[in-house]
Amino acid sequence: MKHSEKAEIFNKDEAKVNWHDKALWYVREKRDNSAHKVKGWEYLRELGSGIKANVLSNLDEYLIQFESNAKKNGIHVHWASNAEEHNEIVNSILVKHNAKKVVKSKSMLTEECHLNPYLEKKGIEVIDTDLGERIVQLAKEPPSHIVLPAIHKTKEEVDVLFQEHLGTKPSQGNPEYLVSEARKHLRNKFLKADVAITGVNFAVADTGGVVVCTNEGNADMGVHLAKAHIACMGIEKIIPQEKHLGVFLRLLARSATGQPITTYSSHFNKAEEGKEMHIIIVDNGRTEQLSREDFRASLHCIRCGACMNTCPIYRRSGGHSYDYTIPGPIGSILSPGKDLKKYSSLPFASTLCGSCSNVCPVKINIHEQLYKWRQVIVKEEKQPIIKKAILKTAGVVLSKPGLYDFAGKSARFALKNFPKFMIYNKLNAWGKARDLPEVKNDNFDEWFKKRNKDG
Amino acid sequence: MKVGLFIPCYVNQLYPQVAIATLELLEKLNVDVYYPQGQTCCGQPLGNSGYEEDSKGACSLFVENFKEYDYIVGPSGSCIYHVKHHFDILEQTPEVIRVRNNAYELCEFLVKILDVKDLGASFPHKVGLHKSCHGLRGLKLGSCSEMMGPHFSTEEDLLNKVKGLKLMSLSRKDECCGFGGTFSVFEEAISVKMGKDRVQDHLDSDVEVITGADHSCLMHLEGLINRNKQPLKVMHIAEILNSSL
Repeated sequence: MKHSEKAEIFNKDEAKVNWHDKALWYVREKRDNSAHKVKGWEYLRELGSGIKANVLSNLDEYLIQFESNAKKNGIHVHWASNAEEHNEIVNSILVKHNAKKVVKSKSMLTEECHLNPYLEKKGIEVIDTDLGERIVQLAKEPPSHIVLPAIHKTKEEVDVLFQEHLGTKPSQGNPEYLVSEARKHLRNKFLKADVAITGVNFAVADTGGVVVCTNEGNADMGVHLAKAHIACMGIEKIIPQEKHLGVFLRLLARSATGQPITTYSSHFNKAEEGKEMHIIIVDNGRTEQLSREDFRASLHCIRCGACMNTCPIYRRSGGHSYDYTIPGPIGSILSPGKDLKKYSSLPFASTLCGSCSNVCPVKINIHEQLYKWRQVIVKEEKQPIIKKAILKTAGVVLSKPGLYDFAGKSARFALKNFPKFMIYNKLNAWGKARDLPEVKNDNFDEWFKKRNKDG
Repeated sequence: MKVGLFIPCYVNQLYPQVAIATLELLEKLNVDVYYPQGQTCCGQPLGNSGYEEDSKGACSLFVENFKEYDYIVGPSGSCIYHVKHHFDILEQTPEVIRVRNNAYELCEFLVKILDVKDLGASFPHKVGLHKSCHGLRGLKLGSCSEMMGPHFSTEEDLLNKVKGLKLMSLSRKDECCGFGGTFSVFEEAISVKMGKDRVQDHLDSDVEVITGADHSCLMHLEGLINRNKQPLKVMHIAEILNSSL
């Protein structure tokens, strides 16, 4: 189903759309206030973007440097070219440890690789330990936002979900009660876990360590209690040196939630005594995206979600309407590279307002890439016949002043004289909820000719 | 200084009063203004829909029509943005480069080139300014709420000098209205919802007249206002700046 159709369904419940929009706008305003407090915010963005551009231009060298330093720290490093390989590597580590229970901190990469269903099929219990992630996991839904995975759910809906799965009492969506019950439930899972899986926010080439940012401390809790830690990262997560963290940690939290810094920025540089640490470095289409000059900068993304919070379309269509692991503006420029056919409607789910590019902490020119994907999609994917015919004809008409004049006059004649039912019908999507412009006078060309004749 | 007046296709056909106000405004400021006959469209509807290749004819015609002028001025931020940013599909001849460099949105031209401060206009109403995205974020006609830096606004500067005009403060100062060209048709539900929300912000802020530098956004908002019989009027900023001059 196209984005527009899913968004239309989401819009059937206007009160919920309003609530979703307001909740995300609140986060966007928090981000603005927080960024205003940083002197030289725009310079910081420039710096972040520059470091990322350097990383992408020298990715091979930084990855090899990272691997060699990680190995020196006793970390096992694995390489996966795609999602299947990634999942198989995770499984092989679990088999080695005879692990049946896994706790996972939030990781969009494991979502992208569909790790949970893969492991569940093998009889392994995988528990997402980020509260929002756990909520959507219980609801058997994918996250609808990369930082606020359950933002599409009200606290009342969470209440019902917890009653059903965790045996809680009805509380009319009391957040304190629900959080405390979730905490008890998760604590039990942490204590029994064999292996902890985490994502990676930053992988530092010159130390061979990784940094994971959470607000709940769930990554730390999982890693410290389990006997093995598997950290899964995309190849673009590299930063050259530890000192660069100062740039990215400041940008990430403020852009994501308006916090000065995430509650936990945990550094994992080696395994604890008697335990094991693994890092899986995953490509899964990233090299291909890197090869597309116009779209390369999409790999700067540090997954803060700011473009989603600011996007007026995302706020009113919900994350699930994008049907891709990463929704919103950034997802709309990443997804066509993965599957042009499946995601061909996403670059059109934008008015090209440009707010996404303005908030992006690493200055990805998102709206310009959306425009460029549209050109690619129209060339490479079959287009709706009517849309294509209209636009192709418009191209010819607009190149010939005589034809344009005729078309303009005809349209004005129709608007002025045709009966309502001929103008407002099923084919006229504009007229469903909006009136068409009223035609009263001459067009400007006619007015101008008359004026010059009279004058 | 020879100025070529560019009137966007839909303004020419549907909102001649906007074009007339623009022309009169420039003439009253003693600008040597010409209206090249045979102009059509900047090609934006095609480019934004992915049919950039098919817009080459319209773009070349635009260059042909406007190549001899020192400045090209039009009452539409998004069309001017398109000329400046997307005419790279044409071969970059000196003429094409000249046209792209010299194209100006009306308010920008008044403030930056003519250095106009007070137009002597009078418009005693409560006005809400819709800052259209392509003008705001594309042409940088003003500061955006998501960027850090000093506040500025070309349109506000001009409106604040209009006698009797009270510029109302909106709760979301620069949110997109949801028009977006063909987006308004192919993403109809979201487009309408965004427009409704924009209109509501103006109503909540006690606005009588919504104005802006891009009539396409105003066309979308007006369509909703008329359908829902809401107590709001829509006028292009040229019409306000040209009133009782």
